Amino acid sequence: MKALLRRDLILAIRAGGGFGLGLAFFLIVTVLVPFGVGPQSELLSRIAPGILWLGALLACLLSLDRLLALDWEDGTLDLLATSPLPLEAALSIKALAHWITTGLPLVLAAPLFGVLLSLPGPGYLWLVISLALGTPALSVIGTFGAALTVGVKRGGLLMSLLVLPLYVPTLIFGAEVARRGADGLQTTTPLLMLAGITAGVIAIMPFASAAALRVNLR
Amino acid sequence: MPIERTRATAYIWLMSMTDETPIPKRPSGFWSYANPVKFLAFSARVLPVLWWLSGICLIVGLVWGFFFTPDDFRQGSTVKIIYLHVPSALMAINAWFMMLVASLIWIVRRHHVSALAAKAAAPVGVVMTLMALFTGAVWGQPMWGTWWAWDPRLTSFLILFLFYLGYIALWEAIEDPDTAADLTSVLCLVGSVFAVLSRYAVNFWNQGLHQGASLSLDKEENVADVFYVPLLVCIAGFVLIFIALVLYRTGTEIRLRRTRALLARETRA
Repeated sequence: MKALLRRDLILAIRAGGGFGLGLAFFLIVTVLVPFGVGPQSELLSRIAPGILWLGALLACLLSLDRLLALDWEDGTLDLLATSPLPLEAALSIKALAHWITTGLPLVLAAPLFGVLLSLPGPGYLWLVISLALGTPALSVIGTFGAALTVGVKRGGLLMSLLVLPLYVPTLIFGAEVARRGADGLQTTTPLLMLAGITAGVIAIMPFASAAALRVNLR
Repeated sequence: MPIERTRATAYIWLMSMTDETPIPKRPSGFWSYANPVKFLAFSARVLPVLWWLSGICLIVGLVWGFFFTPDDFRQGSTVKIIYLHVPSALMAINAWFMMLVASLIWIVRRHHVSALAAKAAAPVGVVMTLMALFTGAVWGQPMWGTWWAWDPRLTSFLILFLFYLGYIALWEAIEDPDTAADLTSVLCLVGSVFAVLSRYAVNFWNQGLHQGASLSLDKEENVADVFYVPLLVCIAGFVLIFIALVLYRTGTEIRLRRTRALLARETRA
């Protein structure tokens, strides 16, 4: 498992794309928003938590089709499926690697982009906490989407259509935590819900992903 | 008939039979309709009845509802959209539920008819969802003063609509029918969980405009009896027409597969 994790991380970093691209996309979304809605800092600071969450979500989504597609093409997935390691575990590791290469940088960079959108003072901490809790769920759900569509030629658009509705609960609670944090309100309830969703998804989704991938590998 | 009883050959054989092929002895009861031939024979027998019944129910219910019920004290004649809105919303959810059951049957018992029924129900469900959303918007404009509001019920219906779209798109995208059936079944299971989750998540997010249930088994909060009876007739009509459409579309899917199987055999021979 460690070897698989190391391999995925090294591939993601050395092959280029994965690591920096998500961040760059996040940056561009953040920069484009003021062009779209106008530069009034009062308005920006009100929508900043939501925009940052949306940007992170889209950045996660865009990097998903690289998650399994390359391994599918060169046959690595077949090897993984026949190896003694359960496919569920392999996919969890892949999701973890995806989170480390996309989710984690987003979490770390989010405060910086928060400055660009003049996020109110108390919001930074809660933004980071909510993203740190929520992005693993995005990676795990995304792995399911990737496993479903890995056999489809040019499945990127299809995958977005499948995955985005599944992101709704995470987005609602994550953005709610960030928004309440920015407004200086109590965040316990949505935070617990977000944590619950992430934990539940991590526990259950690898089985669904593995089931889908087995069908595709048949 | 000396035939290898592996699953694949049995399937091709079943699918390529014509209507005149004698039906071998098979288990009777509900599961026997997993045999496409028997299913087709059954639906051919039942469908005319269903078409007529649903047509009668819909016409009676709608005409009764539109012309022979009084206008509501506060809502005026807009209340009458309830005869389309409530049944279609009901069927939009139940169609997904039916797809869930059919998908489970496919996963557990590998009956092809079941997978095809799930596939056939999806577009019907989409239409029901759209209808509920549209009639809701038409009603909401004069009553709430807005076509659309980010109310929990409205939002969860929109999400349900997206799930339907994804489900259909996945069916369309995959060539191999068995793979498509498996993957869409998994998606249907996961989607059901997330649809419920979204429903409660948006509830948390925004307390809405939409009124509570207008129908429920405990009589306290139901609509007045004048509206209640024609509404029930309309619901019956929608249920019947849903069943009829699903049976009909499943039959089409079975014939489509049969044609494909025959063509594949032609090209191999």
